[in-house]
Amino acid sequence: MSANPIQSAIRKLTTGIPGLDAIAKGGLPEGRTTLLAGSAGSAKTVFAVQFLAEGIRQFGQHGVFVTFEEAPADIRRNMATLGWDIAAWEAEGRWTFVDASPLPGEDEIVAGEYDLGALLARIEAAVNRVGARRLAMDSLGSLFGHFNNHALIRSELFRIAAALKLMKITAIMTAERSEEYGDISRYGVEEFVVDNVMILRNVLDGEKRRRTLELLKFRGTEHQKGEYPFTVLPGQGIVVIPLSAIELKQRSSNTRITSGSRELDAMCGGGFFRDSIILVSGATGCGKTLISTEFIAGGAAGGERCLFLAFEESRDQLSRNAAGWGKNFEDLESRGMLKVIAVYPETMGLEDHLIAIKSAIDEFQPSRVAVDSLSALERVSTVKGYREFVIGLTSFIKHREIAGLFTATTARLIGGESITEAHISTITDSIILLRYVEMFGEITRGITVLKMRGSAHDKEIREFSIDASGMHIGQSFRNVTGILSGHPRHVEPHEIKRLDTLFANHDEE
Amino acid sequence: MSKFVLKLYITGHTPQSERAIGNLRRICETELQDQFEMEVIDVLEHPQLAENDRIIATPTLVKSLPPPLRRVIGDLSDKERVLLGLDLKSLP
Repeated sequence: MSANPIQSAIRKLTTGIPGLDAIAKGGLPEGRTTLLAGSAGSAKTVFAVQFLAEGIRQFGQHGVFVTFEEAPADIRRNMATLGWDIAAWEAEGRWTFVDASPLPGEDEIVAGEYDLGALLARIEAAVNRVGARRLAMDSLGSLFGHFNNHALIRSELFRIAAALKLMKITAIMTAERSEEYGDISRYGVEEFVVDNVMILRNVLDGEKRRRTLELLKFRGTEHQKGEYPFTVLPGQGIVVIPLSAIELKQRSSNTRITSGSRELDAMCGGGFFRDSIILVSGATGCGKTLISTEFIAGGAAGGERCLFLAFEESRDQLSRNAAGWGKNFEDLESRGMLKVIAVYPETMGLEDHLIAIKSAIDEFQPSRVAVDSLSALERVSTVKGYREFVIGLTSFIKHREIAGLFTATTARLIGGESITEAHISTITDSIILLRYVEMFGEITRGITVLKMRGSAHDKEIREFSIDASGMHIGQSFRNVTGILSGHPRHVEPHEIKRLDTLFANHDEE
Repeated sequence: MSKFVLKLYITGHTPQSERAIGNLRRICETELQDQFEMEVIDVLEHPQLAENDRIIATPTLVKSLPPPLRRVIGDLSDKERVLLGLDLKSLP
């Protein structure tokens, strides 16, 4: 009896557009019309077509496409590249066009009062002809361009939306926006025609294009607020990246897994947790790839499938590195325990990387994933885009309840922090820092567990070395302070002793 | 004068539709005498014909012959504009 009567009255129609239903909390309001507003080139037509295409492909729901702008022949041809065979659906009676695109080279003369009764009659006939559940109208701007009496067109659109509601059709109307952040649409349609408004944006941000989708209002129903990035992929169409909509509702497991190094396990209080995100941060060459390799080899040795995503080094290079540390990647791969994917960050945009990573995880079903390095992807995106990517990837991995180890390169050799750390430190379960430490004119490597959610851990900074069998963690640095900040300072032993006794005395009191 | 072939699309027999039919008939009889064929098409009964001619607004008058093809929308109450649309009158 706790259900809100308004919310229970409006049901949602699962669109089938990847990612959209998650942020729309189930889909578009069923039997209602949703306005889809966007500037030129914001993929409105693709969205409108895909809304019908997914209905046909996934749910057997037939669709009517009302076009005011492009001729049906153009739409059929343009959408073929996205993998949709509209002509075949038309032949099967699952899709039909209502062609209201402008007739070329013909002036219409207005001589008296008129309405859009013919359009409505054609729409109703088309809906009945194919037994449609979904309808898309693209785009209203062209309709307003065609007729001068805008007040009339608005009231006629209202009449059409009302008729669609009676026919229990879930519909999308697209409309133009002149600017990315301003009025919802150019002709003020949203005010009285529709209850629901979505906005597509294609904004230039730091010399890079970012596409986002925002659910501006869904009257009477719940949805996620804010802008969500999306991409348009050949053969797939629009893929929305739900980011924070992927609720962090995964069970947190108490099962420990090995980091691949007994000494590191000990520092973490018995190993990493089964479904946790571990961030390894350090300057170039100080052992991040090594830790990733240990993590993978340790998993594979325990019979877990492992995925290694490399953005800095080639497959051959990784195999050679691993061999140098006594791990045989080729053997693991041939036994199907390991899959190495090495991609240069520049080959695609971050949204596409995220989708590629997700599908690799879905396909290979690994128990652990290492990403070396996450920060290499920083350079192909804007700061905002990168942050969204990191959050999206993290939440996806956590959702799958697998262990993820990400590495991040710090800009400075000694001390320092990375953008990645700043972005994901709050959502990672463990943070391991690797640092170069300069002591008495010598460079050594230090490792420390900065954070270990839900567990006690070693708080010392320990020296570690690398040899042909991998990583070896040794003693903690004695008599040194300031390693993390990059300014190690040697402290006299008697000073430490003095501080110790100071606190000891304090405790006794 | 060559024969005029006219189609008038209406949506149901509303007062607006009846006005358009009456106005068209009056204009044709005075201007074209018997040199015209006039067909009234109700979109509610023949949506496919409206689909073929891509009719959006009603009433819409389509002049198929003589060329060029012309469309006039509205209840045809503005006689001057109708004559313009039928190429019976050019712009002053």
